[in-house]
Amino acid sequence: MIAAPPNPPREEVLLEVRDLRTHFPVRRGLLGRTVGHVRAVDGISFTLGRGKTLGLVGESGCGKTTAGRTILRLIPATSGDVRFEGQDVFALPAGALRRLREHMQIIFQDPYGSLNPRMTIGGIIGEPLKIHGHARGRELERRVADLLDRVGLSPSYRNRYPHEFSGGQRQRIGIARALALEPRLIVCDEPVSALDVSIQAQILTLLEKLQAQLRLAYLFIAHDLAVVSHISNDVAVMYLGKIVEKAPSDRLYENPLHPYTKCLMSAIPKSHPATPRQRLVPKGEVPSAMRPPPGCPFHPRCPWAFDRCPAEVPALRPAAGEADHLVSCHLYH
Amino acid sequence: MPPNDILLSVRGLTTRFFTEEGVSYAVEDVSFDLPRGRTVALVGESGCGKTVTALSILRLVPDPPGRLVAGAVLMDSADLVKLPEAAMREVRGNRISMVFQEPMTSLNPVFTIGDQIAEAVTLHKRAGRAEALAQTVAMLRKVGIPDPEARVREYPHQMSGGMRQRAMIAMALVCGPQLVIADEPTTALDVTIQAQILDLLRGLQEEIGMSILLITHDLGVVAEMAHHVAVMYAGRIVEQADVLELFDNPLHPYTVGLFRSRPTLEHKGPLAAIPGQVPSPLAIPSGCPFHPRCPLSDGVKCVHERPPLEPKKEGRTPAHAAACWHAGRVAELRTRQEALYPS
Repeated sequence: MIAAPPNPPREEVLLEVRDLRTHFPVRRGLLGRTVGHVRAVDGISFTLGRGKTLGLVGESGCGKTTAGRTILRLIPATSGDVRFEGQDVFALPAGALRRLREHMQIIFQDPYGSLNPRMTIGGIIGEPLKIHGHARGRELERRVADLLDRVGLSPSYRNRYPHEFSGGQRQRIGIARALALEPRLIVCDEPVSALDVSIQAQILTLLEKLQAQLRLAYLFIAHDLAVVSHISNDVAVMYLGKIVEKAPSDRLYENPLHPYTKCLMSAIPKSHPATPRQRLVPKGEVPSAMRPPPGCPFHPRCPWAFDRCPAEVPALRPAAGEADHLVSCHLYH
Repeated sequence: MPPNDILLSVRGLTTRFFTEEGVSYAVEDVSFDLPRGRTVALVGESGCGKTVTALSILRLVPDPPGRLVAGAVLMDSADLVKLPEAAMREVRGNRISMVFQEPMTSLNPVFTIGDQIAEAVTLHKRAGRAEALAQTVAMLRKVGIPDPEARVREYPHQMSGGMRQRAMIAMALVCGPQLVIADEPTTALDVTIQAQILDLLRGLQEEIGMSILLITHDLGVVAEMAHHVAVMYAGRIVEQADVLELFDNPLHPYTVGLFRSRPTLEHKGPLAAIPGQVPSPLAIPSGCPFHPRCPLSDGVKCVHERPPLEPKKEGRTPAHAAACWHAGRVAELRTRQEALYPS
């Protein structure tokens, strides 16, 4: 057997992100002067292959949600480059961007907050098809019924309103709406974190089934490492706006390299009461993204920090002997 | 009368809500014991009745529409259900205290952390202001808040989520309660902060010896914290056992479903989602409340007769009880390779 190449061949790359930065100005005082910037996303790069899933994992404030929205151009980027099927997303004029958006969709954590309470389910799911001029009349009805069926809801639900559905069903509705325009990429922003565990498993299973059927790529953003590594081919761990480690998900679990990943993994509640507990607790709390520490952003909390760490920003580079396992830590380079 | 090592004994607790849409059967015939110095976890999904059980113990269920219809809560030879309200106020915050999920909404934003904790001491222990403040500072130090002399003067919004939850725990423990009810104490926190809070609670229990009633939806938190577990579904306890026995030998199909729908880092196989959804407490299914979702349902007995919660011969410990007519067949669900529940 031949080992898979570390990077997918050119035509298989769907999304390419290069050195992406999103900084938000912080304004204070009567005149609203800019007193600093929150570096929500601070130089991240990755590629996502067609039909694959990349997990973005990290704790609150690490920049994972901002990264997802910047990639879709829902938030303006400060700098960097996003290519979708080779097209420069940030350079596209409005009309072309609109056409591109058909292929890049998003689903949210709170499906209720993202469904218009005054529209029927059929109206919500059919709206993108109408707006983009893909279907109307009978054809629209047929497509909506197909989409409901695809996400495991009865087509007879089409005349009901969002409040009549449970959290899991609303997430299915959100997925059906995202699927309407036959996208190739779906940004999934904490899609199961508000759901009960039995419903969470239903939605994860549905997402996996749809991916296999439709060859969808997912950028799967979540704080739960177990959920992310379950569904993802590759996982990128974010801390203070940067990717600190990226690897195939089973490699990351078997051999975490970055001290922050190790801390994160040791903090996950154990899966069986008899498993020994080996806690590695980072010192203190996450610093402000307005004033990230110099050098490695994790060094003030890192148990292994040494003199190079505050002085030099570590690059995200392959670890020795593992071309597809990237880590940004001076311990390895 | 409960034996000496049992701090609190809940017997036949039944709480219903009488609403315009009908009667909501939130908690039905719930019984369990809380041993001294140990942790009992009530685990289940939203709407299963775990929080209402805790509120019923403290008699904090809003009435109307809620009412404690039947049952007893025995603690130190008294039935809390029958206690006059004045005596119950002495129990709350003093002998039984509570830690909530969202510290920001349960702390008062216009008072300093120190004032709020000291208030509990002056109220329940009749201590003077200086004495109360000294105890507050000592308690904040004990829960790992750095520089407590300065932090007592801070307001809740000046603290991070983790520090606020530590302050909540300090408030819950400052009067030396025998029982702390912790309702999803770490659900709103990041995983590294959650680990710190769980370690803190466990350490304090070893030191002080209070019992903990832990309410959670997270089996990982159960594995970290609990000595005994009761699994709730549709207002009832469907299985209870010591924690190791429950994880190694679950005897209710719902418990197996919970385990198999949970992604873990170790397990890479497909998830086995439970089909359908938790029933509304306004419309609990007949017979076994889990039968519409259960792969073992026989369609007859399961639909018409409610299985009692009773010890099973398949259990490896005498305390292991399950409410299932087919507990003998549950083992096959645990090992069945193909998707347990077709999606």
